[in-house]
Amino acid sequence: MSRAPLKVPEEMLRRIHAHSVETYPHECCGALLGLDGDSSREVLDLLPLANRRDDSPRNRFEVTPDDVRLAEKTAREKRIELIGWYHSHPDAPARPSEFDREHAWPWYSYIIVSVQKGVPRDTTSWRLHDDRAAYDPEVIETVAPGGHPIAGK
Amino acid sequence: MAVKVIIPTPLRAYAGKQQSVEVAAGTVGEALVALTNQFTELKKHLYSDDGKLRSFVNVYVNDEDIRYLQKDKTPVKEGDTVSIVPSIAGGAQSRSK
Repeated sequence: MSRAPLKVPEEMLRRIHAHSVETYPHECCGALLGLDGDSSREVLDLLPLANRRDDSPRNRFEVTPDDVRLAEKTAREKRIELIGWYHSHPDAPARPSEFDREHAWPWYSYIIVSVQKGVPRDTTSWRLHDDRAAYDPEVIETVAPGGHPIAGK
Repeated sequence: MAVKVIIPTPLRAYAGKQQSVEVAAGTVGEALVALTNQFTELKKHLYSDDGKLRSFVNVYVNDEDIRYLQKDKTPVKEGDTVSIVPSIAGGAQSRSK
């Protein structure tokens, strides 16, 4: 099934990348706030969050239910929705791991940034299949400040 | 007794696109069974293959996490709200260090 691309303003991508550099070599994480429509999904704001996995932050992240509720509340206040999550993979590919899949929720967009030696490289987005067996890649359409798409990734 | 179960956004597609569902139940466990019997597609997202609630599925009665109450045996009464709240986890492949 082909999905509409995930539209991400350039500034949001820059902020995700900056967060991934700031926390390197640990994983960063945060919420994607935006709008979900029948034919498009767009990130309009971010809520950077603390990685609550103190025991293994280099290759794990966790967002607590309280932080999830904070993200939902923040989205409601802005009259938008919580549409997904971002996290980084320090020195690892921007592909969902088996651990990612086991812990994923359907419907949400999951942006993953690969950070190699402290430098953000690939950025991808994924949606879990209904049967939880695998992910579908979701095309990221970067949106320039004027609102024009730059390119699908 | 009728209790309201709040469905988190990612699961609404499996619950008739509803934000909440009313079920008759005396405990949290009964409420979740009634919910998943009504919407069977929800089961695989809430429960692991061994029938246990997935670790990243959190359940609250009103504002209290049931882990600090009586878990699935937590009693519910008319007018209570049971919320299913996600926690989010993931990360890169395990390292061989």
